[in-house]
Amino acid sequence: MWRFLARTIVQRLLLLVVISIVSHTVIHLAPGEPSEVDAMNPMMKAEDVARIRKSFHLDEPIYLQYVHWVKDLATGELKSFRDGLPVVPKIWQRFLNSLPLFLCTTVIVWTASFPIGIHAALKRGSRYDRSTTFVAYTLISIPGFFLSYVLILWVVRIFQLPVIGLATFGTERANGAVRVMDRVWHLAIPSIMSALTGIAVLSRYVRAQMLEVLGQDYVRTARAKGLDEDHVVYGHALRNALLPFVTMFGLLLPGLISGSVIFEQVFAWPGLGLLGYEAILARDFPVILTLNFVAAALTLFGILLSDILYALVDPRIRLQ
Amino acid sequence: MSESAAEPLLSIRDLRVEFETDAAAVAAVRGIDVSIAAGETVALVGESGSGKSVTAMSVMRLTEGRIAAGSIQFQGRDLAHVPEAEMRSIRGGQIGMIFQEPMTSLNPVFSIGQQIEEVLRLHQQLSAPAARTQALELLQRVGISAPARRIAQYPHELSGGMKQRVMLAMAIACRPRLLIADEPTTALDVTIQAQIMELLRSLQREFGMAVLLITHDLGVVAHFAERVLVMYAGKIVEQGSVRDVFKRASHPYTQALLAALPDPQNPRKRLAAIPGRVPSPAMLPPGCAFCARCAHAFEPCPVRQPPLFAVGEGHHAACFLRE
Amino acid sequence: MSVPVGPAPAIEALAAPHADAEALGIAETPAQQLWRTFRKDRLAMLGLYALCTLLAVALIGHLLTSWWVLFDPTTVRLPDKLLPPFSTASSALSAELMPPFHAYPFGTDELGRNVFARMLQGAFVSLSVGIVAVSISLGIGITVGGLAGFYGERKLGPLSIDSLLMRFTDVVLCFPTFFLILTVVALLPPSIYNIMIVIGITSWMSTARFVRAEFLALREQDFVTAAKALGLSEGRIIFRHMMPNAMAPVLVSATINVAHAILTESALSFLGFGVRPPYATWGNILADGRSYIFDAPWLFLIPGAAILLVVLAFNLVGEGLRDALNPKLRKRVG
Repeated sequence: MWRFLARTIVQRLLLLVVISIVSHTVIHLAPGEPSEVDAMNPMMKAEDVARIRKSFHLDEPIYLQYVHWVKDLATGELKSFRDGLPVVPKIWQRFLNSLPLFLCTTVIVWTASFPIGIHAALKRGSRYDRSTTFVAYTLISIPGFFLSYVLILWVVRIFQLPVIGLATFGTERANGAVRVMDRVWHLAIPSIMSALTGIAVLSRYVRAQMLEVLGQDYVRTARAKGLDEDHVVYGHALRNALLPFVTMFGLLLPGLISGSVIFEQVFAWPGLGLLGYEAILARDFPVILTLNFVAAALTLFGILLSDILYALVDPRIRLQ
Repeated sequence: MSESAAEPLLSIRDLRVEFETDAAAVAAVRGIDVSIAAGETVALVGESGSGKSVTAMSVMRLTEGRIAAGSIQFQGRDLAHVPEAEMRSIRGGQIGMIFQEPMTSLNPVFSIGQQIEEVLRLHQQLSAPAARTQALELLQRVGISAPARRIAQYPHELSGGMKQRVMLAMAIACRPRLLIADEPTTALDVTIQAQIMELLRSLQREFGMAVLLITHDLGVVAHFAERVLVMYAGKIVEQGSVRDVFKRASHPYTQALLAALPDPQNPRKRLAAIPGRVPSPAMLPPGCAFCARCAHAFEPCPVRQPPLFAVGEGHHAACFLRE
Repeated sequence: MSVPVGPAPAIEALAAPHADAEALGIAETPAQQLWRTFRKDRLAMLGLYALCTLLAVALIGHLLTSWWVLFDPTTVRLPDKLLPPFSTASSALSAELMPPFHAYPFGTDELGRNVFARMLQGAFVSLSVGIVAVSISLGIGITVGGLAGFYGERKLGPLSIDSLLMRFTDVVLCFPTFFLILTVVALLPPSIYNIMIVIGITSWMSTARFVRAEFLALREQDFVTAAKALGLSEGRIIFRHMMPNAMAPVLVSATINVAHAILTESALSFLGFGVRPPYATWGNILADGRSYIFDAPWLFLIPGAAILLVVLAFNLVGEGLRDALNPKLRKRVG
């Protein structure tokens, strides 16, 4: 098994390099340069534009630009086009903001989906099952930002409560408990909104997987042995039904970036998603590239994690 | 009705099992009587769709259908009506069952030791070490070599034949009085089939179990069963000792089945197929279900359903020709 | 020495939610059987009705807003701006600015444009973005998946075609899709075709996987061997014989992907990178309405609700198809 793992890791690293090259190429091939962002600014003289281009190596051939990027990233020298500040600390800072939102969302999604999905599978065809099915489909179909805005509208209008941002403006000087409560409150709404679609999708998978497993022959055997229904469902069936979800767990990681773009925009949450969005608007190549790279790295790491977890949990794989 | 010297171990009377469909309830089993004495091997034979598997599953109350009528007497209790908790103690404890597909009947994430020990600890309240010892003995008994090594293995590491042996071990672990075997060898290679059936026979002799064998393989019936019941479209059309039924088949369906077997003495003889198809349980004619395919049908056949008539000692056929 | 096993129906099949017609003695083509099973699912049928209505509305809407212009989405009527739904036009308007029936069923926006007209126009555009994008993704997905499934073991250098193509699929899957779309769309000249293409080339992966899986399974089946034995060319075998059998999961995935494409387009518009005027999609009507959420909530709620309903309809139909296609595989002989 360890050889298998080592080989996988090497493959993934290679893949990461390939992805970074492809991202780099794609971004540079697209029209639009940072120096053009302020093109309408009458204060920008031709020499300024030329100077910007030179300092960001924009005149050099594309592979050299790639080398520059890698070098700068590795040495921590990589600077943003927009404001000249180092990229890596900026990303780290935003990462720390995104992390609580991500963790909170993930926890909500995974703790809510399983009971809902299992219950729906056990009571297939009942009113509970049919109504949760319908609600799930609706949640999947609703554009996330739409629901969020509707909720914001409602909360602000009816409850007169602030919802946007990390904390309420003006609470910096309040005492500890108030600040904590405020932060928690501001975290709750975006997490729940983010989590709703996730719950809808995951609980459907859980239900489908449980139904599939409950129809298997070994469940019939378990009943024929005289086990009571709880043992059959939670001891025999669930253990099998959970296997694919272990792998899904690892694949959640990339959601840290891509999932959050919309919600961070809606709730003005200064995290990685918002950083990416602003960078795109400003054609800030280093930031965009690095974020893409980080996202790809997270994906690959997530896949690796999934492979490991799956190998640990499924005896059929473990014993190869 | 079949006579037994003593009170039969299992006595099914007028069993009727129905399934809910979109239109109406459809009867898969339409009033059958089955008696099994202690230690006896009884075979239930029929094509797929005849209702034989449903009958077997009904004894264990594991079918999705509803027992609409009839009784299933086992050791003084009517299994059709006992509470679920009592039924659970009977399943695996007093009545064991093995199924057709050994490849998928074992849980892939538990070792075979865990699965055997589970049934021992459930019905006999054994401690873990005692269950482990018993499990090892059982594996030995069902012919699995190197049981100490195998007991920790997972189902995917075993062949089909070995898996079926493990299923047998689980089913007989608690010394049940009755073993129900639903097509135990259909999914196995021919040589393995013979081994498994021999194993079944030796286990039966050792433990004094009765066996209800569900199969469509007449060869298996001939070699291993004492009595046979032939089912067609949810009813028993002929029953008797294996010798009587095979030598003096009295129902046209049984006769046709036997005639359809290839003759090893005469390999060139044309295979005699039975014309027509088994009718769908949803669209059964009012009279004898076999009437449309029967070469000897005459005037009462399409109108009334024939009851079982005696054609010999303990030998009955449901055909107006035998009236 | 067994009893000849006739094609008798399994009793469990009768009782299953999707009873086999053969069990009831009726001869049916697979398509008819699919339809009959699909029809029993009420939610799926609801979705189907909604989709048909949508299609009709989109087509008619396109006609009525572009050719025989009855509802003009571009007319600016400043005196009548920000009117709520079901209001009547003010009599101060000149004749050519007057909306049909002198009314605004969905109100007006900040420029006095008839929201109903814009929604009608947007229906066609949103739908076509979804359908074209998914067609592109289907084309790529079926090709990749089919090649990998059929020619899998043939080698190109050290790797087999199957592993090459699947690695390629894995690589593309690794890209953070939405972020990538955003990046590309932001940097490309904003055109509706670019958006369709970008969404299309980032969503073919699941189709490729399904097709490959189906082909791998089908390849082993006897009818393919029989076709080869008859001397049919590979192309004919693939397209005429195997492809129709593999289409089932593709159909499901296509329906659900259209829903997803429409949602993606609306998200892109929301972030400011969507389709630009003169094309109106429901996504950018929604984005425009964002600023007026407190003062004129209908500008935001109406397109949002419309997107929700359409996407829901696609999802319901897709899931209904999936349910209708599946249990056939689960029949057990009793």
